[in-house]
Amino acid sequence: MPQITYREAIRHALAEELTRDPNVVVMGEEVAQFNGAYKVTEGLLAKFGPDRIVDTPISEAGFIGLGVGASMLGIRPVMELMFWSFYSVAFDQILNNAANVRYMSGGQINCPIVIRGPANGGTNVGATHSHTPENVLANHPGVKVVVPSTAYDAKGLLKSAIRDNDPVFFLENTILYGDKGEVPEAEYVIPLGKADVKRTGTDLTIVTYGRCVIHSLKAAETLEKEHDISVEVVDLRTIRPLDIDTVLASVRKTHRVLIVEEQKPFASVGTQLAYMIQREAFDDLDGPIHRLATVDAPAIYSPPVETEQLPNPGRVVKAVLAALA
Amino acid sequence: MSKKPSAPAAKKVESAVPASDYALTPINASLSREQKIDLYRTMVRIRRFEERSLRAYQGKNAAGGTNIGGFLHLYIGQEAVAVGCCSLMGKNDHVITAYRDHGHAIAVGMDTKPLMAELYGKITGCSKGKGGSMHYFAPDKNFWGGHGIVGGQIPLGTGLAYALKYQGKKGAAMAFMGDGAVNQGAVHEAYNLASLWNLPVVFVIENNGYSMGTSQARSSAGELAKRAAGYNMEWGQCNGHDVFEVRAVMDHFLTQARENSRPSTVEIDTYRYRGHSVADPDNTYRTKAEVEEYRNNKDPIQVALHQLLAAGVFTAEIAEQIDAEARTEAEIAAEFADASPYPTVDDIQKDVYWESDHPAERKSEGRLFFD
Repeated sequence: MPQITYREAIRHALAEELTRDPNVVVMGEEVAQFNGAYKVTEGLLAKFGPDRIVDTPISEAGFIGLGVGASMLGIRPVMELMFWSFYSVAFDQILNNAANVRYMSGGQINCPIVIRGPANGGTNVGATHSHTPENVLANHPGVKVVVPSTAYDAKGLLKSAIRDNDPVFFLENTILYGDKGEVPEAEYVIPLGKADVKRTGTDLTIVTYGRCVIHSLKAAETLEKEHDISVEVVDLRTIRPLDIDTVLASVRKTHRVLIVEEQKPFASVGTQLAYMIQREAFDDLDGPIHRLATVDAPAIYSPPVETEQLPNPGRVVKAVLAALA
Repeated sequence: MSKKPSAPAAKKVESAVPASDYALTPINASLSREQKIDLYRTMVRIRRFEERSLRAYQGKNAAGGTNIGGFLHLYIGQEAVAVGCCSLMGKNDHVITAYRDHGHAIAVGMDTKPLMAELYGKITGCSKGKGGSMHYFAPDKNFWGGHGIVGGQIPLGTGLAYALKYQGKKGAAMAFMGDGAVNQGAVHEAYNLASLWNLPVVFVIENNGYSMGTSQARSSAGELAKRAAGYNMEWGQCNGHDVFEVRAVMDHFLTQARENSRPSTVEIDTYRYRGHSVADPDNTYRTKAEVEEYRNNKDPIQVALHQLLAAGVFTAEIAEQIDAEARTEAEIAAEFADASPYPTVDDIQKDVYWESDHPAERKSEGRLFFD
């Protein structure tokens, strides 16, 4: 199976869906002539032309709102936010208009929009560019939220997102863009809302998603080699809808849980997971649910310190040892 | 989309027609007698619908509870704007507006029974009791709401125009806003995109002089529509008390949109007799004399009545009959709303996701809703 990068996997998903459905339009800052701020959309302008691959001004509220309006008339816009951090200037369009228009119209209007872009810290760009808003987004009924960790998942999930009739917010990761993974040449889709057990184990379940899956897998190797601890890693892949059944099945096997997330701790995705796990698998737990999150402060710039503010393999190892102590 | 710089078009379009002669301009002179009467009838129907809704708002139902909750932003006094604009709609023309939306909803042809039922929060409402006064929608009539956040609908309206252009349809979007919305950033972002990309949208500023309780003089620097010139757009102003003038002026800009795919901004002077919403005691920011001046001398229904009587289009008896029918229609709508059931608690989680409403076609897995 060919190895391609996470970036290429997303590009291939876009190209395939642009080819499949003439209503798909890719729109965002620098997506066309510049070939993408992170080169995700490289080559798409040359292949699909300026009607399908559209450069926008730096005007997130304007162009995201335009995409929402166009989607109501049947266009399937795939909007790129150069950083998901910029969602704050388009919050009203994303979370009042896209999220609510179906409901407020009594189900008369669909909003099949995808908003995608990177949402992560770890690149020393400071607090304004390092937001991870998946918890904020997923707090809004009516939306779907996807955070892929591998090239294979990113491609299959993005194709599902573009075909979805509800608004889907797709959160990528600049640090993962260059990571290679096996991706089949034949077409495939991955349904939204389906978790994936990325590593099986028996002593403890790590529930995680996004880049923290990669950290957790590295930590699991260390724990196995150095501590003889067998960790299972469940990658949620989608935050909403949420595949809690896969999480619970793992908890019922290992009886110990550590949640790992690149989130500020207060009211995070992990907070919701912890609530659901204790509510639905209380008798299967042999100890309290543990969590490793971002150190609770705005994202620090200082490069070596930011690494320690975020979850990383070393911090995951320590958190697992603490959970099993 | 064209990436070429847009054509120079930032000029103000001045009408050459004397104010008294708008009924004689081609777009109005071509109307049949019945079409002219319909303009009048629609304005009267909006007025009587809203007056009836106000009585319902202030009254109690048989159980002693409120009929209508939340806000009720009345359009009374502004009827000629929505009626004039929407009367020009062709099959590929679309409308979106803000929260003072009852007039536009009736003007695009929505039935008043589900509109009143929506105010009452009933399942028979146009949005199944889920939207309320500010959130009327009728996509089957090219009406896309009914939006609650000032200016937030303007990028959406621009998106409707984008879709028309992308799909190769010859039509226009009318994106309505109040005078307060011109100070919102989203409006300016939409202006820029519309002009940059040559989108067929007419931005309509319904200038009733007050953004809630703050007068134009206290909220906005310069002429409102003139800001469009900064975005290289045609712009114009018009008297919104005369439905025929509204039609004549808007026809020009809608034609620019449909034929040349150029956006424009039109500021239509109008006035609301009631407060910003029913919750506004309306005694802090304007005088009673000012309201009376508009009510007595510029009322759009009275203006149209005199025009149509003078032109012999109809008689006072027919006008009275239209009014009586509008009152009856509003009463029937209120009775329908009152008699209709509320949504159930089970209905709360319907219409959230397309997928949860179409379980047989669902492709995603996992939980969509949480306890």
